[in-house]
Amino acid sequence: MPSLGADMEQGTLVEWLKQPGDIIHRGDVLAVVETQKGAIEIEVFNDGVLRDCRASPGDRVPVGEVIAILDGDDVSGMSIDKPSVSAVPSQAPVPDKPLSPGPRVTPAARRLAQQIGLDVRNIAPDGSGVVGLRQVQASSTETSPPKVQPAGIDFKAMRAAIAAAMARSNREIPHYYVSSDIDVTVFMDWLAQENARRSVADRLLYAVPLFRILAGTLVDTPELNGHYDQGTFSPAQTVNAGIAIAMRGGGLVAPSIQDVAGKSVDELRISLTDLVGRVRSGRLRSSELSNATVTFSNLGERTADTLMPIIYPPQVAIIGCGQIVRRPWVKDGEVHVRQIMSVTVAGDHRVSDGRSAARFLSRFEKRLTKPEDL
Amino acid sequence: MSKTRTLTYRDAIREALREAMQRDDRVFLMGEDVGRYGGAYACSKGLLEEFGEARIRDAPLSESGFTGAGIGAALGGMRPIVEIMTVNFSLLALDQIVNTAATLRHMSGGQFSVPIVIRMATGAGRQLAAQHSHSLECWFAHVPGLRVVAPATVADARGMLWTALQDPDPVIIFEHATLYNEEGEIAAEGEFSCDLDKAAISRSGRDVSLITYSGSLSKTLDAAQRLAEDGIDCEVIDLRSLRPLDDATIMKSVNKTTRAVIVDEGWRSGSLAGEISARIVEQAFYSLDAPIERVCSEEVPIPYPSHLEKAATPQVESIVAAVRKTLRT
Repeated sequence: MPSLGADMEQGTLVEWLKQPGDIIHRGDVLAVVETQKGAIEIEVFNDGVLRDCRASPGDRVPVGEVIAILDGDDVSGMSIDKPSVSAVPSQAPVPDKPLSPGPRVTPAARRLAQQIGLDVRNIAPDGSGVVGLRQVQASSTETSPPKVQPAGIDFKAMRAAIAAAMARSNREIPHYYVSSDIDVTVFMDWLAQENARRSVADRLLYAVPLFRILAGTLVDTPELNGHYDQGTFSPAQTVNAGIAIAMRGGGLVAPSIQDVAGKSVDELRISLTDLVGRVRSGRLRSSELSNATVTFSNLGERTADTLMPIIYPPQVAIIGCGQIVRRPWVKDGEVHVRQIMSVTVAGDHRVSDGRSAARFLSRFEKRLTKPEDL
Repeated sequence: MSKTRTLTYRDAIREALREAMQRDDRVFLMGEDVGRYGGAYACSKGLLEEFGEARIRDAPLSESGFTGAGIGAALGGMRPIVEIMTVNFSLLALDQIVNTAATLRHMSGGQFSVPIVIRMATGAGRQLAAQHSHSLECWFAHVPGLRVVAPATVADARGMLWTALQDPDPVIIFEHATLYNEEGEIAAEGEFSCDLDKAAISRSGRDVSLITYSGSLSKTLDAAQRLAEDGIDCEVIDLRSLRPLDDATIMKSVNKTTRAVIVDEGWRSGSLAGEISARIVEQAFYSLDAPIERVCSEEVPIPYPSHLEKAATPQVESIVAAVRKTLRT
């Protein structure tokens, strides 16, 4: 039973999605586990064959307990009960025909499809028989019904989980706060122009480029991105941003999007839409709940000006963005009406100092004036 | 506002040569016809009168001999600029350049360096036929120990020479023969030296990355302009440095646009375009949304007749066609 968050102690097995004898590949979803944060899909990190399912649906299993046995890495050399696999003799000559008559998929399209959980075989190719980014994006906007009915979320349990994590954060992490009011007029004007040339389905909420720029800036401030565990800080190689998402019934989760700085704006848009949809339907993946390296909390429109967020351990920083408001603002010696956003960085003083956050904010502000670089 | 002025690529090189001679008395120019004749492409016209025979030295028709002499002078503390009339002739000096200039720092355990600058014309487009028109930049870019640069703009022609002279190791400067009459704007005065490590984004765009250098830059920019009229937004990268290659700039662009077209006047087989293509596949494979396209020269000795010369080398039309292919439109 994997730990799906610093505060998780046990999970309830809901169902197995693979059966003993199945060949498993890294990234496959093995089972669904109910936690305080909803039903989570458990992914596998190795290739192999599923041998033995030790837990049954309905079992409450403590974190760390064995729930299944996976055999080895070398799938090809295994004797497996399934005739479709074992029937292939080991010395069979390699056919010199092309591997698959299916559509050709570009690497970028394959990556995007994998990230948003689409099977490229189900995506219609373009006129030249190629599945490219455009085809995946088009396909992702068509709604596909979830395979399994979303499990309900226990909001009371979720509140308890938030309480435990936040109490631990306030108890253990010496927070410091640094914030700036930032003129985002240039950024918002760019976004309006950008959206004007996009189709309605492809339009960007401002959070998308905002998160992308936050992540891009974090790459240059590694002391705000990583995990602090047992007295040691390990900076992360990529910016896996936990995105604070409010649940409709109350409560909050912050599942992560991998390598936000390495994504294009459109890849991020698709990931975010997908994530929000799955949060609302209560279907998150295990890796999304445990590997965030920093958290972004964006209050959004018509909310409040400033927030002072609490770090989600073992992360070492959280960045909070208030609503964007029009304010009188001095620019070039004159008062103008500009769009202003208050941005607050909460940092872990065991790892970094206010100076890091200040440097981060000034770089972030500078990047916001050049959104066309995205 | 800083003032600018317009001058030709040729004048920019002459100005850079004159400045180098004035700033550092260890600098001298040596090559075939650089003195009395003023240089095969008239880059050194007037310099003999100004600096005298000791510093503007006409060399005999022996590339190996005068390149070797330049290497010796560099070892002895001078800062020679050796001009080789065209890259085709540099083959006679390859032994000196590859076996001596590029290796001495290594073989002496760092005791000796060879601060020589070798300038040479390259490329087709002037109907000079198969022995004066080739683009062999990639042969030099293959060799560790050399730095290879290709100024494609007047500003780079003006700035790269001085920076190259500051390098303690050999630098090869390739000047495309069609560029000498090109005009461009540069600052009226000031310091012209420039970064030799970084590629330049000559035009920024979102849809396709066009990667090129030297004489192909202006054709590539023209192609980008023509595609822009159809709503295709090309990013154009001028490599500037052929060794080392600025991988970071290339990958940043390809990660953004997801498509790459490399325009290289060298022959396709074993070309720089092939090297760049391999690096993109190694470093940005998962960003690619289309196969990489290369626009290179046909695999023939560059022909003499104008229409065949054009047909054998990258042109605006072939670049446009390659871009469209990556877009599958």
